[in-house]
Amino acid sequence: MYLGPLLDGLATTAKHLVKTVRGDGMTRQFPEERPQFGNPLIYRGVHRLNKDDQGRVKCVACFLCATACPAHCIDIIGTAAPWEDREKYPQSFVIDELRCIYCGMCEEACPVDAIELTSLFDLTGASREEMIFDKEKLLSVYDATIEQEPMRSRRAAAESQAGE
Amino acid sequence: MATITVDGQEIQIDDSERLNLIQAADRAGVSIPFYCWHPGLSVVASCRMCLVETGTKNKETGEVTMMPKLVPGCQTPAKDGTVIVTNSAKVRANQNFVQEGILLDHPVDCPICDQAGECWLQDYYFKHGHQERRADVRPFTSKRREMGPHVTLFADRCVMCSRCVRFTREVSGGGELQIVDRGSHAEIDIFPGYPLADQMSGNTNDICPVGALCSTDFLYQQRVWFLDAQDSVCSRCSTGCSVQLHVQQNKLYRIQPRYNPNANDWWMCDIGRYENDYVSAPERLTSIKQRTGDKFADLLWPEGLRAIHEALTGVAAKNGGERLVFVLSPFLTCEEAYLLATYARTIAPTVQLALGKVPVVGQDEKFKSGFTIRAERCPNRRGVEEVLRHFQGSILDWDGLVKKTTAGEFTGVYLTANYPGPWIDEAEVAAFERVDLLVVQDILPSPLARKAQYVVPGVTAVEKDGSYVNHAGLLQTTTWGIRPAEGAHVDGQTFADLLARKGLYQADAVLAELAGAIGFFARASGGVPEAGLNLVTGTEKSPKTTALGTVTHPLPTFRSVASEMLEVE
Repeated sequence: MYLGPLLDGLATTAKHLVKTVRGDGMTRQFPEERPQFGNPLIYRGVHRLNKDDQGRVKCVACFLCATACPAHCIDIIGTAAPWEDREKYPQSFVIDELRCIYCGMCEEACPVDAIELTSLFDLTGASREEMIFDKEKLLSVYDATIEQEPMRSRRAAAESQAGE
Repeated sequence: MATITVDGQEIQIDDSERLNLIQAADRAGVSIPFYCWHPGLSVVASCRMCLVETGTKNKETGEVTMMPKLVPGCQTPAKDGTVIVTNSAKVRANQNFVQEGILLDHPVDCPICDQAGECWLQDYYFKHGHQERRADVRPFTSKRREMGPHVTLFADRCVMCSRCVRFTREVSGGGELQIVDRGSHAEIDIFPGYPLADQMSGNTNDICPVGALCSTDFLYQQRVWFLDAQDSVCSRCSTGCSVQLHVQQNKLYRIQPRYNPNANDWWMCDIGRYENDYVSAPERLTSIKQRTGDKFADLLWPEGLRAIHEALTGVAAKNGGERLVFVLSPFLTCEEAYLLATYARTIAPTVQLALGKVPVVGQDEKFKSGFTIRAERCPNRRGVEEVLRHFQGSILDWDGLVKKTTAGEFTGVYLTANYPGPWIDEAEVAAFERVDLLVVQDILPSPLARKAQYVVPGVTAVEKDGSYVNHAGLLQTTTWGIRPAEGAHVDGQTFADLLARKGLYQADAVLAELAGAIGFFARASGGVPEAGLNLVTGTEKSPKTTALGTVTHPLPTFRSVASEMLEVE
């Protein structure tokens, strides 16, 4: 009585076995084999702090990301900027990556497109302290990812268009 | 009674009241927007934001005759039969145009502007603006510059309401600020070499409706929507200004005046506003200490208080109660003074009570509007005196105490201090050298505390509940803004523990007890209103009778900012 469904099940197993042997199965050999995103530009992974054209942190310490953040994981200390053409900048900018829920609200709230989420998804660390990213670390994420993922804001696009 | 019609709604105002249209409309719950008007300053009607339609209603026929043009609400008095229309198309169009005109020149740098969140320009833009920007001019920008030690000017954000200029001319009287240049080049400025440096300068930051004048001390410290406000009373002089403490995560960020027609009107001085470093000073006393030789050892609270209680009762038993004296600092609240005096009298009915040192700095400093910084730099001399008078009849003052102590009349002294800075000189310290038992309760280390057998940590005025009686007899209640320095206990709790009272110290319960016990405080038995109770004259103004008293921007809450964002969506 159960023989029919049993054979059905075995058939499915055999189908997947053939697929996997032929190399087009679902299993990926992570981390040797990296997954491909449809569009890495809209992935919500580790944050980065963008730099302006002079290599300074773009952030103006307006606290709007900290205000929008539902997980309260962003901690900013603002102060007067040391540069002539800028008024305010973050003396310290800390994100607790463990507390973050990667919702992307900070990116939405930012009026100067200074904070963006990258497609780095496999963030790991050996301690909690290691996962609290300060300004330098967030800027280094920018350096590491800017080649593959250009600043993707409308504003940045408009600026580059105006430049052309 | 005068009858006034606001947007079709009839309200009654008292004949003696002299209200303008903004205030009259506010009584009806209708808010007319304004920038340049301030109830504490003269009227210039220059911003044109409060223009409304007005007319007169004929009492007999009921016929309404309207003025042909819009009139400034701040400059037009409301009288019997006045009709105000604030929601017509004409009025709305004007508000839109004024907003648009101001914003032509305004750098929309809200992300880096400290005023964002408590900015009238932002509020009115949401309520009365939403105009498309039709002119393609780039607002001029300028660097910030200092107007004085506490005031920073961002000239590009200014809307030329001239409130600050009128303030320095009419209230503080220094006249430091001017409008220089004309037309679109007009700017607020000071004369070279004459900075805005008087003790009232901080108020200009409060009355600025936009982010042009910002507090240098608060600049970029915190966004205002993260702050919580707590109603309190300033403790730095006997004027007793009503203030608001703005705190976040147990840190005091700034202090702003709260409107109180009985004490300070809309203002406060820079001493109370800015000289608050002592609250977070690292040298704050935070544990009960016992001295042996030159060394101080920390005691836990229960054992420390037990040791102090035993030492005090020991002195009273050995030498008699009259040789033990309790010194009540004028920085104690009425409730604390009452508890401590009660405790003193439970040790022995003859225990002496004295008034602590009343710090006096120079002369009273009176400003043009009548606002005064009192020479008496403590909040509650009168309240403590009334408590002493109740318990002892006469008051032993500080000089008398020092004289008597030098003469060796007292062998035990329990002294409360809680002064915000150095307060005692060497000669006075020497008076206490021969005392057998000296207990000092203070917030900061002092030469006297070094001589004490026991040191008890006190708390500052921003850390405790209670009530003060100011120079004029006005009783006001204050609430805590931040928690006591870690390890310290609220003074009232310390005294309640010494009295072996159960449970937590609650200032309002003690005040009710005090009102029942001492006739002077009897009026406080039903609680104390926001604007205080005058215990001497028995009458006081209520802020409700002068409409629109609180024109400082209410502190935005995190929630209100978020919901406004959603509404705009």
